[in-house]
Amino acid sequence: MKVTEKDVAYVADLGNLELTEEESTRMVRDLNSILGHIDSLNELDTTNVPPMAQVSDRYGADQSKQGSERFAYATREDVLEGLRKSLPHDVALENAPDADGTFFKVPKVIER
Amino acid sequence: MNLELLTIDAARSAVQERKTSAAALAESFYAKIQSDDPKIGAFLTLCKDRALAKALEMDALAAKGEKLPPLGGVPVAIKDVMVTKGVRTTAGSKILGNYVPPYDCTAVARLEAAGAVVLGKVNCDEFAMGSSNENSAWKPVHNPRDLTRVPGGSSGGSAAAVAADMAVAALGSDTGGSIRQPASFCGVVGMVPTYGRVSRYGLIAFASSLDHIGPLTKTVKDTAIVLRTIAGRDPMDSTSADVPVPDYVAELEKPVRGLKLGVAKEYLGEGLDKKVRGAIEAAIQKLAKQGCEIVEISLPHTKYAIPAYYIVATAEASSNLARFDGVRYGYRAKDARTLSEMYRRSRDQGFGAEVKRRIMLGTYALSAGYYDAYYLKAQKVRTLLTRDFEEAFKKVDAVVAPVSPTAAFKLGEKVDDPLAMYLADIYTVTADLAGIPGISVPCGETKENLPIGLQILGRHFDESTILRVAQASEKAA
Repeated sequence: MKVTEKDVAYVADLGNLELTEEESTRMVRDLNSILGHIDSLNELDTTNVPPMAQVSDRYGADQSKQGSERFAYATREDVLEGLRKSLPHDVALENAPDADGTFFKVPKVIER
Repeated sequence: MNLELLTIDAARSAVQERKTSAAALAESFYAKIQSDDPKIGAFLTLCKDRALAKALEMDALAAKGEKLPPLGGVPVAIKDVMVTKGVRTTAGSKILGNYVPPYDCTAVARLEAAGAVVLGKVNCDEFAMGSSNENSAWKPVHNPRDLTRVPGGSSGGSAAAVAADMAVAALGSDTGGSIRQPASFCGVVGMVPTYGRVSRYGLIAFASSLDHIGPLTKTVKDTAIVLRTIAGRDPMDSTSADVPVPDYVAELEKPVRGLKLGVAKEYLGEGLDKKVRGAIEAAIQKLAKQGCEIVEISLPHTKYAIPAYYIVATAEASSNLARFDGVRYGYRAKDARTLSEMYRRSRDQGFGAEVKRRIMLGTYALSAGYYDAYYLKAQKVRTLLTRDFEEAFKKVDAVVAPVSPTAAFKLGEKVDDPLAMYLADIYTVTADLAGIPGISVPCGETKENLPIGLQILGRHFDESTILRVAQASEKAA
């Protein structure tokens, strides 16, 4: 599988990146070099191997349970301000590049 | 006070016995930073007010004759991927250049609650993505042993600050080796704890199933002290484990005689520098002389660790870094006319080349048509790599290995070849994928006087054993 300029443009779009032409050319080269190495994974037969999404699959989860029940140790009651108070409004807006005191401000979303 | 080789206990005792004050100690570290850091580049932000407030608090305790907490008055540095309330935190990225967090990372808060004096925030690869610290958006870090060489990465600033006596201890983060490899390159001790042992709350996320916070210190005992302080369940991180935390310092007193140490042939094969191999083999022999039994083992899937790691890590990164969109915090491109244009331009101008490369690779691996071939496949191989360790730990108590195939390389040597940079992570990514703890302890030097680290890997939640082995190696080195 060879990554092309077209693939890079498509993936950049998915990732909300706007690459320059120079960046795009280099990205094609780098992704092909890295994916060429990654293709060695296909040497392994993993038909009956379960995927590992997180480490607690190996030690924390209750293997006799199903789904989210397996991770019951990590859950808590869903209560308002359960662990800590939410940030005050002004503090939450402090780092915003643009805000009006109540809302985050962004450029126009809908074109008319 | 001589800052060289100053350990946690020595610094704390000096403050406790009022041979110096915590405030004066902090000032001498700031003087050292001012004189030496311009050529090293470890610090990004100093927080003198915060440091001196904590120092004065400790001095007041000492003046009253009260017993100081375990890190009372001890100057530390924090990798700039951990948020600090009111103190600029950039993750080494231009996109967070002006970010001032409204809360504290749990690990930092626990260090301060134990009396530590936070001097400032230290340099790292952007979003902890890199193995040389050259991906920092601000400046590279120079290895204190040889300024023409890299300090390792991504916790290069943490390792360099400790190695150059600009902090007694530091916190770093390790996703694929980012604590152990710079510790090895700079000649200090560095540990990645078991996944879940230390809360990730307030650690700016790179790859959430692989990210760990851990200590970098001058001695194994200091690593034990810091780990004891930051470890343990934190309700703010649902993956932090509810497993009792042993007294790691007391555990160090136990002998290593009779411990079985595994040596994996896959870790001593092709690509390992001869001088590094020699130092590792000599360190293993010294452990054998202290009564450890050396057992040959196999970790058969090792060669698939790098490809599996660079899929899992980048897939998670592409998702985690989606939050940087120029809306709630961080850099926003000025000239955008629409929301979509603003996202794209902010991200393109705010992220560096390596971060974009990883977002692209991760997005590609998760995209329709490639998910099964790459992401699911890598997760399955992650299971195989973890089983390798589980099998090994049925036969041995710990695994001893190199940290990196070479000692510190030259600045600029690998910047144009990302694959070569990735391949050098071969001995460290396995522990992060399996979630097991690992430590790097200095065990020798090359003929250019560059440090070499011995890596010791242990069972889940068995940091005690690898600390003991590391201390035995440290004493014999």
